[in-house]
Amino acid sequence: MENLKQILTDALAAVSASDSESALDEIRVRYLGKKGALTALLKQLANVSAEDRPKFGQLVNEAKGQVQVEIAKRKEDLAAQALNAKLATETIDITLSGKGQEVGGLHPVTRTQERIENFFRGIGFDVAAGPEIEDDYHNFEALNIPEHHPARAMQDTFYFNANTVLRTHTSPVQVRTMEQTQPPIRIVCPGRVYRCDSDQTHTPMFHQVEGLLIDENISFADLKGVLQQFLNVFFEDDVKTRFRPSYFPFTEPSIEVDIWRINSKGEGSWLEVLGCGMVHPKVLEMSGIDPEKYTGFAFGMGVERFAMLRYRVDDLRMFFENDLRFLKQFK
Amino acid sequence: MKFSENWLREWVNPAIGTDELASQITMAGLEVDEICAVAEEFSGVVVGQILSAEKHPNADKLKVCQVTDGTENFQVVCGAPNAREGIKIPFAKVGAVLGPDFKIKKAKLRQVESFGMLCAASELGLSDDSDGLLELAESAPVGSDFREYLDLNDTIIDVDLTPNRSDCLSIHGLAREVGVLNQTDLTPIDVAPAAVDIQDTFAVDVQAADACPRYLGRVIKGVNVKAESPLWLTEKLRRSGIRSIDPIVDITNYVMLELGQPMHAFDLDQLSESIVVRMAGEGEQLTLLDGQEMSLRADTLVIADKARPLAIAGIMGGEGSGVSLETTNIFLESAFFAPISLAGKARSYGLHTDSSHRFERGVDAQLQNKAIERATALIVEIAGGQVAPITEQVSQDDLPKANEVTLRRAKLDQYLAVSIDKEQVTDILTRLDLDMVEVTDEQWVTRAPSHRFDIAIEADLIEEVARIYGYENIPANMPTAAVNFTPVAEAQTSIQSMRATLVAQGYQEAITYSFIDKESSLQFVPDVEPVPLENPISAEMGVMRPSLIPGLMKAYLHNQNRQQSRVRLFETGRRFIGSVDALDELDQQERLAGLIAGSREAEAWYHNSDKVDFYDVKSHIEALFALNDGDMPTYERADVVYLHPGRSAKVMIAGQEVGVFGELHPQFAKTLGCNQGVYLFDINLDAVLTGKLPVYKVISKFPEVRRDFALLADRETPVASLQNIIEDHAGEAFKEVSVFDVYQGQGIDDTKKSVALGLTWQHPSHTLSDEEINKSVEQILVALEGQLGVVVRG
Repeated sequence: MENLKQILTDALAAVSASDSESALDEIRVRYLGKKGALTALLKQLANVSAEDRPKFGQLVNEAKGQVQVEIAKRKEDLAAQALNAKLATETIDITLSGKGQEVGGLHPVTRTQERIENFFRGIGFDVAAGPEIEDDYHNFEALNIPEHHPARAMQDTFYFNANTVLRTHTSPVQVRTMEQTQPPIRIVCPGRVYRCDSDQTHTPMFHQVEGLLIDENISFADLKGVLQQFLNVFFEDDVKTRFRPSYFPFTEPSIEVDIWRINSKGEGSWLEVLGCGMVHPKVLEMSGIDPEKYTGFAFGMGVERFAMLRYRVDDLRMFFENDLRFLKQFK
Repeated sequence: MKFSENWLREWVNPAIGTDELASQITMAGLEVDEICAVAEEFSGVVVGQILSAEKHPNADKLKVCQVTDGTENFQVVCGAPNAREGIKIPFAKVGAVLGPDFKIKKAKLRQVESFGMLCAASELGLSDDSDGLLELAESAPVGSDFREYLDLNDTIIDVDLTPNRSDCLSIHGLAREVGVLNQTDLTPIDVAPAAVDIQDTFAVDVQAADACPRYLGRVIKGVNVKAESPLWLTEKLRRSGIRSIDPIVDITNYVMLELGQPMHAFDLDQLSESIVVRMAGEGEQLTLLDGQEMSLRADTLVIADKARPLAIAGIMGGEGSGVSLETTNIFLESAFFAPISLAGKARSYGLHTDSSHRFERGVDAQLQNKAIERATALIVEIAGGQVAPITEQVSQDDLPKANEVTLRRAKLDQYLAVSIDKEQVTDILTRLDLDMVEVTDEQWVTRAPSHRFDIAIEADLIEEVARIYGYENIPANMPTAAVNFTPVAEAQTSIQSMRATLVAQGYQEAITYSFIDKESSLQFVPDVEPVPLENPISAEMGVMRPSLIPGLMKAYLHNQNRQQSRVRLFETGRRFIGSVDALDELDQQERLAGLIAGSREAEAWYHNSDKVDFYDVKSHIEALFALNDGDMPTYERADVVYLHPGRSAKVMIAGQEVGVFGELHPQFAKTLGCNQGVYLFDINLDAVLTGKLPVYKVISKFPEVRRDFALLADRETPVASLQNIIEDHAGEAFKEVSVFDVYQGQGIDDTKKSVALGLTWQHPSHTLSDEEINKSVEQILVALEGQLGVVVRG
């Protein structure tokens, strides 16, 4: 018995003193192998009295088990230590940049246009497109702007010849849609438009999103509701608005929508952001829609203006210089 | 239209302040652009008179003036060149305050004492004119407060009137509107027919009655053109932005501003026989009063006499027939010209006048008599003269008819989604001067007044009711509609995901102008005559682009010149090829174009300074086509003037070219001043976005087999042709071939290249045996050698 205790103590001491897997293997052989010290004790079992034999056998087996467990534990510890040491040598500078492409970004006008489109898609509008070189009929006549109407002077037009223009608004897309479809019509028409004007606050090309909703019983109140909600959603705010009487040949009544803006000095002012109105009965009629049965509203907005307000861009011309130092700010 | 608030208040004076008035008319559709004070804030300035002006003893440019305020004399040192004895000027006495805090004190200028300051218009905020002292009329009462003398406690309101509201292009019209909004009565001016002194008339022959349905003329003899226009008149004109000329012209302008009727005065002694209102002869010459020589067109209405055209009707008078300093007898014109006959005419001659502005939009067809009487009375009062009777030529058939318009209760309610009381609607319409022909519970039958000829249909009445009721009082609803969504074609790549793919590859989206200069259009696309604009902003933007590439190259150079060496840009937009004479066939295709230049990745610590090349831009194109399982393109050598002939390709889909890409031609790079290689692409956007729905294929459970080969091929042989032969001969279990090395150089023949390929097979229903693979390999090698002379590298 004394011997067993001693052997166990020695074995455990050897395990904890070992510093490699091979040393542990050696210890295992020395104590637990066929010729090992603990195995040898079991062989002496015959010399133990029958009365003590089971007890002694049990003690020896327990000792073997204990040594086995400790060896396994020690092995794990050593493996862990080795791994830690290896990991320590593999440490890198985590502050260096990642590898691969830096992402680019969308043009702020596109980004704004998509945001506008998404609102209207969400409430069931489709997106429609059309040509940019247009005939006079679709750009003017069909919108109740006959030749020499003073309203033509409201939009400085680029001409190719007397009958062909660069579209001054995306309204011709609405006309083309009305010509081809019967109500209900719910569309938005985003795209490039052109006016013969170039200064600090005008570029000869800019972008518009125009929209049209025609159905039975569409009212001025619906127009107010949709546009107010659009502005709230676009600016993520309860936007203070005013709906002001105006004039467009293709709508009656016609409305301009101003929003209240506070500048950096804390001064507020009204800023016009939308033109809209109830579609003029003549416009419906010309495109083959019965104005007695259907009413509708139309609206239009300049995308650049919304982009300027949203991202606080103060120089319109930046949008078309394509300077990377500008473009990269929008991601 | 700019007007003096005080003038408006002479007509209608509601108990509201300036700001409220401005906001009220803005909300009624007469948008106020600007409100500004007639003069800056100042006090202590009186009308003074210079009694003497002596040269300053110690300064060449200064004068020592003795100035009186009517009771006392003051010595004032003054530097203005026009300071001289006798003139009356604004005199800021000691203690006066100019602007917010400029206090006038006793001063000493070069040893001479000065008590006060003589003022220029700019110093009082009256105008930008700082050329010397503001000289006042001889009649100015010396000593009176200058602000009161010029009625300077006034504001100028500038309204931006929409083309439909020409009825508001006058003080009377604006007052009418303000009266309606405030339910306040107007104080009308008293216009009585002038007493006729003489019977001289001048014949009027209207030959174009449809263009001129009404023409009134009157002779006034013995007017004094040298009389001074009174201050109240010149000040009102000035506040509307009109310069004083002589009393006759001032009065015609005044009546135009007051009542809205443009008028013209002829020098009677310059007229020959009679006034003829007729269309111009084609090419007929007329020198306008501003000196411009005009060659008239036959569609232009003129006022002529027997001998020659005198004026372009309603637009501008001619030289030599108008009022001059020598004039003593005048012929006054007050006419109604039909808007349709004048529409666009002024513009077509490059003209725009206060008169044409009004006639084009429409003048009240019943106003001419009142206007001529008003002008007559003022002329007699200011310039004297003997008045003759009015000659009137009128064609009732050509005069606009009063519009009878019916407003239905049901339509009104439906449009506005609010039911306005019958009495309130009637009241609004009545206040707007509409006659109620019949009013029932169902409808209002109305007749529009002559000044509201813009009211023609029911929707116009709805607008009027809504406007006066207040747009802000109309509720806001979300419309209810049947839910009905149009299906979105899933086989179509969305433009958003296309853009996102390029953005992920480091591209910035650009937007360049759709018009470019003709020279670069022809440089990049020499075989296309670009579509020219008739009225471009500049030659730089003279033609519609036949390609997006010139614009993108311009953007590239803009950035290169700003030290941006790594550039990736793309743009979507239309190109224009064809002729506007065949608009339906004009190609306005949407294109996707882009360019890359500089290092493949942004400069970083891991030695990645490789420059982009042909294969980068190719991978970006392939990524787009791969987005939606569509047909992958094949490539053919391109022949594009701006691309390197050996490093450019056509993108082919189903045998059709859909685009090109490659390296910018070195000659172009040199000419344009590029300091590095630029790689471009230009593709039909539709082709990129067209795809197809994925269809599931069963995944084989059996193992893949791979064999690698190194083949020797002629250098000119495209690797794709090897791949094609392999695909054709590899048997049904063939899966794919990959190219993992291409080598030419040491160790192999100069004319050859080594191509290393990895081939994989996988059968859907059994494990492939070596014999099967060997058989396929054998077939491939035989075909490669037979067709291309390609052999396995030994």
